[in-house]
Amino acid sequence: MTAGSTSKSTPLLQVRNLRTSFNTPDGKITAVAGVTFDIHHGETLGLVGESGCGKSVTALSIMQLVPNPPGVIEQGEVMFDGTDLLKLSNKEMQAVRGSGIGMIFQEPMSSLNPVLSIGRQITEPLEVHLELGKAAALDRAAELLNMVGIADSRQRLDDYPHQLSGGQRQRVMIAIALSCEPKLLIADEATTALDVTIQAQILELMKNLTSQLGTALLIITHNLGIIARYADRLNVMYAGKIRESGTAEQVYLNPAHPYTIGLLNSVPRLDRPATDRLDPIPGEIPDPSDLPTGCAFRPRCRWATTQCEIDEPSLEATGVQNGRTDAQPANAPALVACFEANAVATSIEMART
Amino acid sequence: MTAGTGTASASATQERTDTSSAPTGTPLLSVRNLSVHFPLKRGFIVQREVARVRAVEGISFDIYPGETLGLVGESGSGKTTAAKAVIQLRKPDSGSIMFDGQELLGMSNSELRPIRRKMGMVFQDPYGSLNPRMRAGDIVGEPLKVHGLAESGDDYRTQVSALLTTVGLSPGMAERYPNEFSGGQRQRLGVARAIAAKPSLLVLDEAVSALDVSIQAQILNLLQDLQDQYNLAYLFIAHDLSVVRHISDRVAVMYLGRIVETADSKDLYENPLHPYTQALLSAIPTPNPRLEQSRTRIILQGDLPSPMAPPSGCHFHTRCPIATEACSLTDPDLRQLAPNQAAACLLATGYDAAPSPVSRV
Ligand SMILES: Nc1ncnc2c1ncn2[C@@H]1O[C@H](COP(=O)(O)OP(=O)(O)OP(=O)(O)O)[C@@H](O)[C@H]1O
Ligand SMILES: Nc1ncnc2c1ncn2[C@@H]1O[C@H](COP(=O)(O)OP(=O)(O)O)[C@@H](O)[C@H]1O
Ligand code: SF4
Ligand code: SF4
Ligand SMILES: [Mg+2]
Ligand SMILES: [Mg+2]
Repeated sequence: MTAGSTSKSTPLLQVRNLRTSFNTPDGKITAVAGVTFDIHHGETLGLVGESGCGKSVTALSIMQLVPNPPGVIEQGEVMFDGTDLLKLSNKEMQAVRGSGIGMIFQEPMSSLNPVLSIGRQITEPLEVHLELGKAAALDRAAELLNMVGIADSRQRLDDYPHQLSGGQRQRVMIAIALSCEPKLLIADEATTALDVTIQAQILELMKNLTSQLGTALLIITHNLGIIARYADRLNVMYAGKIRESGTAEQVYLNPAHPYTIGLLNSVPRLDRPATDRLDPIPGEIPDPSDLPTGCAFRPRCRWATTQCEIDEPSLEATGVQNGRTDAQPANAPALVACFEANAVATSIEMART
Repeated sequence: MTAGTGTASASATQERTDTSSAPTGTPLLSVRNLSVHFPLKRGFIVQREVARVRAVEGISFDIYPGETLGLVGESGSGKTTAAKAVIQLRKPDSGSIMFDGQELLGMSNSELRPIRRKMGMVFQDPYGSLNPRMRAGDIVGEPLKVHGLAESGDDYRTQVSALLTTVGLSPGMAERYPNEFSGGQRQRLGVARAIAAKPSLLVLDEAVSALDVSIQAQILNLLQDLQDQYNLAYLFIAHDLSVVRHISDRVAVMYLGRIVETADSKDLYENPLHPYTQALLSAIPTPNPRLEQSRTRIILQGDLPSPMAPPSGCHFHTRCPIATEACSLTDPDLRQLAPNQAAACLLATGYDAAPSPVSRV
């Protein structure tokens, strides 16, 4: 792996105040409303939240794939390996997409070209970005298929996407995404459409390969379990903003944002004794073209005060973590965007004891 | 093929006397040796059957009034096909379906009509399953019209309003069209329509799968309330095993058209006896990073085999981590291995040998 133009201690990816909106007939939707986060070299970051909260648009913005129109990246910085991707030309960005950042989507059928053999789809980026010759590219393609667990890889190169199962297609996507050894792999709901047994295969494969290659991984999912298992750190999104951010231990064991707490209470849990009833978040996700004033979570929040109607909380270390019982596993404290974070954490702590 | 025809059903009727948690009385629904095949035909003028998808192959289970049977298994294992056969949307090839004391197989359409009223169904897709050109009130009220359950226009409107209220919508929403509802609200409409004719059995096929977790929890609570209120029985199909555990009294696990394990929910999750159930449970990541760090997982190799050419012997032997030579030769019957639990595996034994893959913390 070639050394980046930045040192290891600088994050590989620094997203700063990213804001992306869509002009729709129903009005303007600010899908990503000022998002800031880092991904370090080789780490796995999770992005979790319910549908429509802006996870995919965040990923598409990083990759410069937001459909325009109707989408516009209004402001922000996406520093990748020392370069602001938002300032690159189309052509330069294409090179980054080929070899700097790989991406896997939920529906492999729509991201694979149905009329090209999978061999051709894997060799093309190798020829373009790594400037391999035809024969060398084919060898490498077979190796890659082998690496992602597809047997008889030589013969399978001639297959077309429809001849593969959903799991195999996702393996091919991983092979393509990793073919040029990117420094970052973005997996957006990459296993959501798959059965749990296949989902486990694909996730283990992705995790093992990225840790072998030293690739950083951004896992985007609505599945809280997947993040708990695979991510070092996570960001919880709601209505276009990161509401809580921290290590998996911090966020899962001592959640401090009412939305995170609500999410964790909504899911039936195999790691706990069966309960009679779930404790869902009341109400529904707000209309993205007509967000509530102040904190967007307010209409569903049982801790809301009048301040929450007027001001927007920003993502901050609140000092909550001082009261936390677990040892701080990472140097950075958890960040929470909630005026009542201290009160929330205290009441959760009390309910537990 | 003799396989999968074991009579040990989801709640083996014979053993019922010595069990504690099992419901008593007669089952509302009693399915025996149910098979549904899809012939694959080729040929232009004369169509010949060239292959057969044995989508459901000799399954048996009971559902008692007011209880929930969960049906789980990978995509293509036959869950939907089994459910459609039960509610008579698809004709089974063989077997028996006793509902409310009557054999449904062989009944004429006119004989079936009053029985259909007693069975409701809710599908996965809250978008696709509602007619976009019908108003919400008429969608919900349609079964009332079909089965002649409203005495007058006023009575119809009163019943529709009551149904909307029951599922947590406001009666004023009756005038709206489906596209004016959110996904969760549409699923509430689907539930309202399904219970309109006062059924005793609801088939819920991935009814909460497409919903966000906070909305999913709301709908699960609603389903539990309705069950308590109306003594509804549920056949609950889902691929999310944590949701199935939460809502089910008993669970049947399907693999390639067969039920491979069936047990009381608690027993199945604490002591899965079939290697496939064990693998399924161990594949589910829990929202608990500490537990996930320490858990060892059983990662199954390979994909689900084609149901057109299922593996010989035990269908699971191509992916089973503990398969022996015998497994490719002998087709295991469902065997009763614990009071409320049966598994179709040659090697499976009772509890001592089966640690739970999700040890609690
Ligand atoms: N109309 C049909 N014609 C031919 N084959 C069919 C038909 N319907 C279903 N099958 C096949 O029968 C098998 C069982 O399908 P079924 O839809 O019951 O699975 P399922 O368990 O509900 O899966 P999923 O979790 O994907 O909904 C599959 O192999 C499927 O391809
Ligand atoms: N092409 C588009 N045109 C208009 N609105 C869009 C488009 N893509 C996404 N959005 C809107 O942006 C918001 C965030 O969407 P998305 O990032 O896809 O959510 P998710 O978190 O489920 O991935 C949603 O309100 C969605 O409707
Ligand atoms: S800022 Fe207020 S409304 Fe928002 S999550 Fe915190 S307490 Fe709730
Ligand atoms: S019979 Fe054999 S192959 Fe089948 S589940 Fe049991 S051990 Fe595995
Ligand atoms: Mg998305
Ligand atoms: Mg189905």
